[in-house]
Amino acid sequence: MEVKILSAKFDIENAHLLDVAKENGAYRTLDKLFAMAPGDVIEEVKNSGLRGRGGAGFPAGIKWGFLPKDIDKPVYLAVNSDESEPATFKDRYILVKDPHMLIEGIVICSYAINCHDAYIYIRGEYTSQVKALQRAVDEAYDAGYLGETIAGHEYRVDVTVHRGAGAYVCGEETALLESIEGKKGQPRSKPPFPAVVGLYDSPTIINNVQTIASLPYIIWEGADAYKQYGTERSCGTHLFGISGHVEKPGMYELPLGLPLLEVIDKVAGGVWKGRKLKGVIPGGSSTPVLTPEEAKTVTLDYESMAEHKTMFGSGGIVVLDDTVDIVKLVENLIYFYHHESCGQCTPCREGLGWMLKIVKKILAGEGSSADIDLLVELCDNIEMKTVCVLSAACTMPVRSYLNKFREEFEAYATETAS
Amino acid sequence: MSDRSQLISTGKPFAFDAERDAEFERLVVRYPIRESMIMPALWMAQEQAGWISAEAIEYIADRIGTFPAKVFELATFYTMYHLKPTGRYHICVCRTLSCWLRGKQEIVDYLADEIGIKPGQMTEDGRFSLEEVECLGHCGTAPVVQVNGEFHEEMDLAKFKALLATLT
Repeated sequence: MEVKILSAKFDIENAHLLDVAKENGAYRTLDKLFAMAPGDVIEEVKNSGLRGRGGAGFPAGIKWGFLPKDIDKPVYLAVNSDESEPATFKDRYILVKDPHMLIEGIVICSYAINCHDAYIYIRGEYTSQVKALQRAVDEAYDAGYLGETIAGHEYRVDVTVHRGAGAYVCGEETALLESIEGKKGQPRSKPPFPAVVGLYDSPTIINNVQTIASLPYIIWEGADAYKQYGTERSCGTHLFGISGHVEKPGMYELPLGLPLLEVIDKVAGGVWKGRKLKGVIPGGSSTPVLTPEEAKTVTLDYESMAEHKTMFGSGGIVVLDDTVDIVKLVENLIYFYHHESCGQCTPCREGLGWMLKIVKKILAGEGSSADIDLLVELCDNIEMKTVCVLSAACTMPVRSYLNKFREEFEAYATETAS
Repeated sequence: MSDRSQLISTGKPFAFDAERDAEFERLVVRYPIRESMIMPALWMAQEQAGWISAEAIEYIADRIGTFPAKVFELATFYTMYHLKPTGRYHICVCRTLSCWLRGKQEIVDYLADEIGIKPGQMTEDGRFSLEEVECLGHCGTAPVVQVNGEFHEEMDLAKFKALLATLT
């Protein structure tokens, strides 16, 4: 089931080094790229159907089209390598195993959007990954693939690696920009959108690492080659991270559109220890959980996930076996989002704290049915009432656990009554 | 670490060493505004001294041309900046979803019961300090711990004990 487009060089020894990467095709798109008009590059990416791989799934070429025309300000590219959504661990492989694919993608995107200064925002916890990425950037400069000219072509691209320092919220695109500007990572109100007013008040495109790393293949092989994988509206391949209770957790590149349960069984070795499936988190911790029954009919693409009232998200699939205590899992999740709230909006800063207190109360056997209802009510009062979607990233999944596994919450509550 | 509201003074002035001094000058031209250097400068100060002192905050503010309060604000908002010394080995245990599902708690319990430190604490001899951190992005090889920034994947209690024994 696996397809190796983005991960083509992952198994090659030392493919993170420039010489080995070049032997295996790195930077070969550049002559072709600079022979194209920037508008044609954008068209090719639009035609490929490539969608943002950070979680939202917005078509990449269309996003680039939002940049204002004829502006006298510089255009910036910010590559989102914050990868902090629990269960997401795919971009890290690109950073470590094939960073030159990312750098080549940055050159392609920069040329397409008329950008000369790109920043890669990488989460602070990625210590060895920062080093690997910086080494690749230095190599690319030394070899003339970055800097004043690109492989002899008159086009300047400078790439700066900017390291975060432990804030999930900086994966939100405007918080990321604030952070590069030397501020707290507190998201901005939109509009204006970053394509119009972004980094340093200039038009800015923010794309995920995997999105950018998909560009060399699309430009070299063409949009049609990319579209042969996936479904009609969910094109191409995705680096899926499968974790939790499976026999073979890990990162697998798969075409979009495969049946979820088949992937769990055939690719990830099935539920571990011969246990039964209790639920699947399909795309990172903020996506609503699927019951085993729902999981039977879902496929790994944006449309099928939406039909099942959940989201494709970041492709981080978490398998839950039948020993999982859902109430404790919800406590773990709320703790995370409460901890990562930037503190800007009251519903998020205070509300997630209230939710955590109530779940702890239920877990302590001191809750009642009314407390479960109160949790639902809090979800309704917090969701979409804040500047960014961090709070919704908590309330959406929590509501799904409350709906689909309510009896487990009741069980804790009933214990008090008896 | 736990208390992030106080700055600690060393009583000695802080300045970047020659290597970091050059690194600062190399990086500062990459940004159109100097404030963008606050985070990189905090990292450099932490790498040099192990933690961020009151003097380091003032030095960075002075070097960038901003207020110390602005630097302090970022040093407290971003949880990876240490505002007090850590142990010789600073252990970060991931507490989130996949690591939780695959047994991070037995590692935390072991540290509490046998080594005598809870999250936010340091052993009396200064050998270990412990922090529970949010998702480290290694869910496929959970549970994972970081020691002084280095990742150790697919941990279980036996492997963790063996790891601790090497940290002398």
